[in-house]
Amino acid sequence: MSDAHDSKIFEVTRRQVLEVGTIVSMSGMLPAAAQAQGSVSQPTPENGATVRVSFQINGQPGAMEIDARASLLDMLRERLGLAGAKKGCDHGQCGACTVHIDGRRVASCLTLAAKVDGRTVTTIEGIGSADALHPMQQAFIDHDALQCGYCTPGQIMAAIACVKEGHASTPEDIREYMSGNICRCGAYVGIVAAIQQAAPQIERG
Amino acid sequence: MRSLSYVRAGNVREAIEAFAAAGEGARYIAGGTTLYDLMKLGVERPAHLIDIASLEGADRIDTRGDVLFFGAGALMADVAEDDVIRRDYPVLAESLSKAASQQLRNMATVGGNLLQRTRCPYFRNGAIGAYPCNKREPGSGCAGIGGVDRGQAVLGASDACNAVSPGDWPVALTAMDATIEISGPAGTRSVPISDFYRLPGNTPHLEFAIEAGEIVTGISVPKTAAGRNSTYLKVRDRESYAFALASAAVALRMDGNHVRQAHIALGGVATRPWRAREAEALLNAQTIDREIALAAGRAAFADARAGEHNAFKIELGARTLADAIMIAGGKIQ
Repeated sequence: MSDAHDSKIFEVTRRQVLEVGTIVSMSGMLPAAAQAQGSVSQPTPENGATVRVSFQINGQPGAMEIDARASLLDMLRERLGLAGAKKGCDHGQCGACTVHIDGRRVASCLTLAAKVDGRTVTTIEGIGSADALHPMQQAFIDHDALQCGYCTPGQIMAAIACVKEGHASTPEDIREYMSGNICRCGAYVGIVAAIQQAAPQIERG
Repeated sequence: MRSLSYVRAGNVREAIEAFAAAGEGARYIAGGTTLYDLMKLGVERPAHLIDIASLEGADRIDTRGDVLFFGAGALMADVAEDDVIRRDYPVLAESLSKAASQQLRNMATVGGNLLQRTRCPYFRNGAIGAYPCNKREPGSGCAGIGGVDRGQAVLGASDACNAVSPGDWPVALTAMDATIEISGPAGTRSVPISDFYRLPGNTPHLEFAIEAGEIVTGISVPKTAAGRNSTYLKVRDRESYAFALASAAVALRMDGNHVRQAHIALGGVATRPWRAREAEALLNAQTIDREIALAAGRAAFADARAGEHNAFKIELGARTLADAIMIAGGKIQ
């Protein structure tokens, strides 16, 4: 966690720097057994055997030592402070953890973090900003395509991919190709409407 | 989940060597959508993972020769969207596009999908271990028999196991007489898909005709005109993104209005992808109508045996097959 690569990722926003800083400082409070497995000069917050991974995330290069068992979702949330992707079921059944790898949507909870070595990852944090929302984010607001919002980052990442795959030309197609994203609040009508609104804008862009 | 090592192999030879070098507890991992899921549940407990998702050339899809060839590393999403497969072999494309979600189809490979493990809830109850399962712990018993068996198999069950074979793609491949290409420490071999899936019998933990250290490298499907008149019909508790309660893969080689050869396999109802030879024979030389289609459906389930909660699958399965025959025969959409 201490080399130059790591620090580059953490320049994204002040909030992320603070969150990650908290995680790093907490790693000093891990139980002795966990600490014993890391070298004294380079403490690691990981408990098991680790794998070195280098990747691009939201346009920034990154690298770290990560537990070989860790999911991409846990790496994003617990190590990189990118808490947009949500842990709903942790078994690939709900879609709340959806992110893009090399431009394709995947369930980050069922993706080993080790697998993103050399790959490009995009999360909800990487698609727009508060000043310039992604058209899909704006469309979700316009159509009230959420209630509690927990599934929304996954819905939006899946929806962007759905459009780019060419699976958003009819409401039937949208329903079929968005079926991997469950919304317990039942905002499906709004979600379909939002995708219909954003699709032509994304296709033009 | 216990600690494990992870290496990524660049080609088949490297992978096989890495597997041998890793020793006990080694497992190959491709998309990981089954293995990693079951590791989290405590059902699978590998010590070493050899990643074969990006083996050199393993994602090749070749529809130009005498056979359709699918590299084992091709993604389910990519085969589902292949233009030739969609046009000439809808049964194959539909079996993939109706499986899982687009997120999972972007991860899972067509080779790994052959080895997907059952969704039987008693099998998946690994970490807690409250229920016996002969697949998970050989000799421990089967909670699925006499248990909540709504989802369990009505064909091919034994006294040791009634877990359903979960796949869709393997069902379509079974109907189309696919061959599985395998590489291992002893060289390469080909296995007809009809020999690849074992019946549970007394050894339900032995599911596939593949040995430790071997890798599925590809799938071949003989080209046939039957592909054009084909469909994969899948009936589920919800319209999309669910496992089959009953499914049918049907391809019909026609001679004018008459069936010259029918290819039929069933999913969601049996302990392995289920070739329905009786139904195929019954359609031979017939013209397709509702009556003959339903007769074929009933013939396919003549030997079915239900438990307490899954008798509906026999009627549902027969009618699913009947509808699939009507669709493949161009009688209904």
